[in-house]
Amino acid sequence: MDHATVILFIVGGTALLSLPLGAYMKWAMDPAPGQANRWTALFQTIGGASADQNWKRYLVTLLVFNALMFTVTFVILATQQWLPLNPDERGALDPTLVFNTAASFTTNTNLQHYAGEVSMSYLSQLAGLMWLQFVSAATGIAALTALARGIAGRPGLGNFLMDVQRASFLVLLPLAVVVALLMVLGGMPMTLQGSAVATTLEGAMQTIARGPVAAFLTIKQLGTNGGGFFGPNATHPLENPTFWTNALAMVAIILIPMACVWMFGRIVGRQRHAAVIFTVMTAFILVKIAGAVIFESAPTPAFAELAVSEETGNLEGKELRLGATTGPLWAVLTTATSNGSVGAMHDSLNPLTGLMPMAGMWLNATFGGVGVGMINMFLYIVVAVFVAGMMVGRTPEYLGHKIEAKEVRFAILALFAHAVLILGGTALFAATALGQTTVQDPGAHGFSEILYEFTSAAANNGSGFEGLGDGTGPWNIATGLVMLLGRYLPIILPFAIVGSLMAKRRTTESAGTLGVEDATFGTMLGLTVVIFGALTFLPAAALGPLAEHFSLP
Amino acid sequence: MARQPTQSIFDTELLAPALRQSVVKLHPRILVRNPVMFTTGAAALLATVLLVRTAVSGGDFLFEVQIVFWLWLTVLFGNFAEALAEGRGKAQAAALRSTKAELRGKRIKGDSHQNVPASELRKGDIVLVETGDLIPADGEVILGVASVNEAAITGESAPVIREAGGDRSAVTAGTRVISDWIKVKVTAEPGTGFLDRMIALVEGASRAKTPNEIALTVLLTGLTLIFLVAVGTLPAFAAYAGGSLAVPVLIALFVALIPTTISALLSAIGIAGMDRLIRFNVLAKSGRAVEAAGDIDTLLLDKTGTITLGDRQATEFLPLSGIRDAELIEAARLSSLGDETPEGRSIIELAGQGEAAPDGSAVVGFTAQTRVSGLDIGDRKVRKGAVDAVLKLHAFEAAAVREMKSLTDRIARAGGTPLAVADGTRLLGAIHLKDIVKSGIKERFAELRRMGIRTVMITGDNPLTAAAIAAEAGVDDFLAEATPEDKLELIRKEQAGGKLVAMCGDGTNDAPALAQSDVGVAMNTGTQAAREAGNMVDLDNNPTKLIEIVGIGKQLLMTRGALTTFSISNDVAKYFAILPAIFVTLYPGLGALNVMGLASPESAILSALVFNAIIIPLLVPLALRGVTYRPQSAARQLIQNLGIYGLGGLIAPFVGIKLIDIAVSGLGLA
Amino acid sequence: MSDFISGLRVAAATMVLCVGGYTAIILGFAQVVTPATANGSLVTNGDGKIVGSRLIAQAFTSPQYFWPRPSAVDYDAAGAGGSNLSPANPELTERAAALIAAYGGATEERPIPADLVTASGAGLDPHISLEGALFQVARVARARGVEPSAVTTLVRNMAYAPGAFFTDGRIVNVLELNLALDAELAAPADSD
Repeated sequence: MDHATVILFIVGGTALLSLPLGAYMKWAMDPAPGQANRWTALFQTIGGASADQNWKRYLVTLLVFNALMFTVTFVILATQQWLPLNPDERGALDPTLVFNTAASFTTNTNLQHYAGEVSMSYLSQLAGLMWLQFVSAATGIAALTALARGIAGRPGLGNFLMDVQRASFLVLLPLAVVVALLMVLGGMPMTLQGSAVATTLEGAMQTIARGPVAAFLTIKQLGTNGGGFFGPNATHPLENPTFWTNALAMVAIILIPMACVWMFGRIVGRQRHAAVIFTVMTAFILVKIAGAVIFESAPTPAFAELAVSEETGNLEGKELRLGATTGPLWAVLTTATSNGSVGAMHDSLNPLTGLMPMAGMWLNATFGGVGVGMINMFLYIVVAVFVAGMMVGRTPEYLGHKIEAKEVRFAILALFAHAVLILGGTALFAATALGQTTVQDPGAHGFSEILYEFTSAAANNGSGFEGLGDGTGPWNIATGLVMLLGRYLPIILPFAIVGSLMAKRRTTESAGTLGVEDATFGTMLGLTVVIFGALTFLPAAALGPLAEHFSLP
Repeated sequence: MARQPTQSIFDTELLAPALRQSVVKLHPRILVRNPVMFTTGAAALLATVLLVRTAVSGGDFLFEVQIVFWLWLTVLFGNFAEALAEGRGKAQAAALRSTKAELRGKRIKGDSHQNVPASELRKGDIVLVETGDLIPADGEVILGVASVNEAAITGESAPVIREAGGDRSAVTAGTRVISDWIKVKVTAEPGTGFLDRMIALVEGASRAKTPNEIALTVLLTGLTLIFLVAVGTLPAFAAYAGGSLAVPVLIALFVALIPTTISALLSAIGIAGMDRLIRFNVLAKSGRAVEAAGDIDTLLLDKTGTITLGDRQATEFLPLSGIRDAELIEAARLSSLGDETPEGRSIIELAGQGEAAPDGSAVVGFTAQTRVSGLDIGDRKVRKGAVDAVLKLHAFEAAAVREMKSLTDRIARAGGTPLAVADGTRLLGAIHLKDIVKSGIKERFAELRRMGIRTVMITGDNPLTAAAIAAEAGVDDFLAEATPEDKLELIRKEQAGGKLVAMCGDGTNDAPALAQSDVGVAMNTGTQAAREAGNMVDLDNNPTKLIEIVGIGKQLLMTRGALTTFSISNDVAKYFAILPAIFVTLYPGLGALNVMGLASPESAILSALVFNAIIIPLLVPLALRGVTYRPQSAARQLIQNLGIYGLGGLIAPFVGIKLIDIAVSGLGLA
Repeated sequence: MSDFISGLRVAAATMVLCVGGYTAIILGFAQVVTPATANGSLVTNGDGKIVGSRLIAQAFTSPQYFWPRPSAVDYDAAGAGGSNLSPANPELTERAAALIAAYGGATEERPIPADLVTASGAGLDPHISLEGALFQVARVARARGVEPSAVTTLVRNMAYAPGAFFTDGRIVNVLELNLALDAELAAPADSD
């Protein structure tokens, strides 16, 4: 079977699955007024008040809850050596690492400056990190739900604590149970026993780390978290035993981000609009996938002078059982969605292949993280609508909301922040010993390692060019801060936009209004994403992956 | 201000002052109003300082000098575009100002009056204006009737009547009374009158940024900041690669990337939009109103004069049973002989040739009380007029009255107005007067519908008549038997439904509706109250213009959008020109990105910068003229503009930069 | 403040259900239905001693065994990882050259399969390609003193397509292959 078939099955199949899931998520997250589903009462009991909140109240509750998430996990990680469920007796962690890791999982990033099987107790993995994988993802879904309600013209945005429960218990938990059971059937470990010790055929001792992998892995994929149970993430045979678990994991990576678009469309009552957005996002990932697969089929450049077979492409950092296509495919999916788990080592990808994941994170909206991907796309929509709206001769408006200076200011500020976090961070570390001493590879590739790390942190992705020695204090603190800013600015600013939109007189649409449901708008949106999202990073790309590619012998 | 032939922008009369202004506008305080151009200016200044250093300590002086030259030229071109747009109004403003300077008024104090300069006239003062005088200030006629030549403002030389009371009482400073006299109560303080506003408008002095312009400025400034980060981090990146980048080159890259094109043309586009409106003889009180015009969803149009020709015309004679056609026609003709109204003339025209009024006959004129007119020939009283009024003249035969009523109902249902004709004690029949819908108006409404604009016809007619005319004219809806309150109500209802409404009006009782509507166009002949309430004044008193005003508003926004798209799309080519040029020293392999095959790194950088600068004057005509606008749906409009300015913006600079590169390297400049 | 208290309650509820409940369900199911894979796909020998995991590569250096792909972490299953070297890094070239030498050289006509000279992502890839196995048949057969064809047959029998019809190439699990070798084509006793 050729590459195209695998890609078609995984991307196309998930796209189909996302349709009913989107409908279900609308039902679960946003029960029609007066038709509160049977869970509402239970969630009211748990969360206390359930009154509608305005955008500021909703945001405050969200931030308070996220601060709580950070604190709980910070405490668990910092004290793991004294806590139970630690069969392999993992010791204390460096304080900057605790900060970085707590920030990383709270922000749905899952950048890992540690190797799970080396550093973390099972309690840290489950109660600290896996818990955050649920609730940070739920935070994203809740935020999108609230945003969509505002755009739909509802008087309030809903109630955050209700929404976060709906997302956790009605969306993530049931899906996670189903997928995790399939993963178990696919041969994935799920045990609380400590490491096994084997005597190899040649008589050596081999310690085999294992653990409750299936549960952890599943929610890491579904919630676009991406943090691996083991250091090398989903390349580890125990975290990804077969081609089939690998395929299922890729489905899990893009499923909820895709469904979020449909949910958004249903809440704002514009499914054709959602279909246009979905198509634009799909077009982007297909282009990146095609690029990655083609570039990666080139043989490893280091072997140019050696008698190494060239048919299988670049196999450095890849697993044979997962199939030839899936390394680059996974690399694109995981970075298109802010997931960040890896199915092949990104550092060892061919230079131009490595550019594809970076581009995915620069845009960060071609599906993007659960909930937040669609929110990021909303920022591009605001800009696209603004420019396109003028071109049809009207004050720009989006679904009946006039887009004026305030909205444009917040949208452009969010895009600006993304650029500053990535390029500013990279500049600081690339020009100084902070970064220069930590790169592993010479030349432009080392620059790519630094650029990738900040890109991944700002995009809340979490994957890495792992050759980088990123376990240092400066790296932990810098990326920790970048992750926090990269998470909350793109939530706060869109909320402010929606708050401003809600305060205005709404207009009706006519033939003279910019349509947001046709191919022309899709094209405009695509161009906006390219120009506002990607052009900014072209110089950096030129000095990283492009320079490396063109310097190859 | 007369409608003037379009001035060429290369008119030396305009060019010379514009060139002078380009330099004057370099002042930071003026420049800072446009953040992107201010940034460009700052960048140029920095490059100049660095040039001095190069001159002292050595370096590629020739290359740097050219960079500095083109950077300054970019700023100057931007100033030039704005100055040129302003210049067109300045000449007109100067003429108006000289009119204003010589204004004097005869202020009435008790029984006498004294001649004072207009600047001393205050609100509430009463002035006497006699034949040959210029009206010294805006005001309301409180006594007298006069014919006034308003050519100074409207360019229309036919005099108009201004009289106390009613809807023709407003007079404007600077217009001339050509017969009779009037007493005028001043309604505007010095400096706030119509003339002052016009001067300010055509000069662009009071031009506050419109909401959309502010939003666009925010977007462009944001983009500038983003590119500042993208370019500002490059030295650090280069340091990693063990090299360094020359600052003048980075400045060139930065200025090439930031949206200078649209920023330079932004205010010119706005001024030109207002100017187009002014030359269309419509005065907008603010740019905001022009923008809002592009957003209109619903147009309220008065039937009479806008949708139909002002006058109804006779189209048919309908005799009662037993009456011969000829008898009715003759009676109709006779009864209209003394009727000088267009309706009366149309009856005579339809009736055809006949005898003149017999000797000794007396014309009975139409009055508002009797609502009939006719001819007395001895004892014979031939009458025609409003049906109910004619029926009251005599106790006609019951059967004839019944038949007349059914006849006139039929006419009303068909959208016509019936007149009854009687000869003494006999009812003869009815005349069908018809509103004649203006030719071509139906197509206009169809156009508007394609643009998503709904038209609502406002009429005092009864619903039956209104429905028939509405159907014939192709409007989307109508408001019959409309009172000013109904109008206001309708506007509020539309607005509550999220629509933006435009209307025009002239009477005092239109003022609330004009104020409520999003775009209210007051007729210049209208009352002072109406002119105050509306946010535009139509100097030609042509309500059909609303349609064009909408078009001008749309064109203004489209021009902005199109040039923004063009400007931003250009960046792709500029990247491909400059990035390989500046990075090739760090990584020779990156020369592969030089897809245009530019001659040398220096030539590539210069060419991109030159293109970036000269595209501004090249686009000035477009900015002033506005992009081509045709009434069509938003979807088609977007495809068209995206195709021309988006795709064009991607491709044009590749061609342009390559050509400039050939010239630059050919001339040995780099 | 009320946000904080309510937040705590929601945090507790999610902790109980999403961590406790979820883990318990998956763990219970796994331990009952698929205990073998759930505990790491461990392989035991006749004596019941653990000799490794079916899913984890282990070092083989003896010529009579098939050798796995190189490992950047020396087959440390408690600290896995890839080389993370850039694909053009000269270290990769050196490592590959050394491996080619260990495999007895390769030529343009008989190039070494790429998987034998590239480290996997985790350094624990338990498989080699069918081509990679066939490349080693001669050495293994020679070391074991058996017919190469017998080894080839064994290799071919054990090779499978990991993704059925979705994948083109076939792969062999090195530990299982070597166990089968020991069982079916045992080397002459104490050949060393």
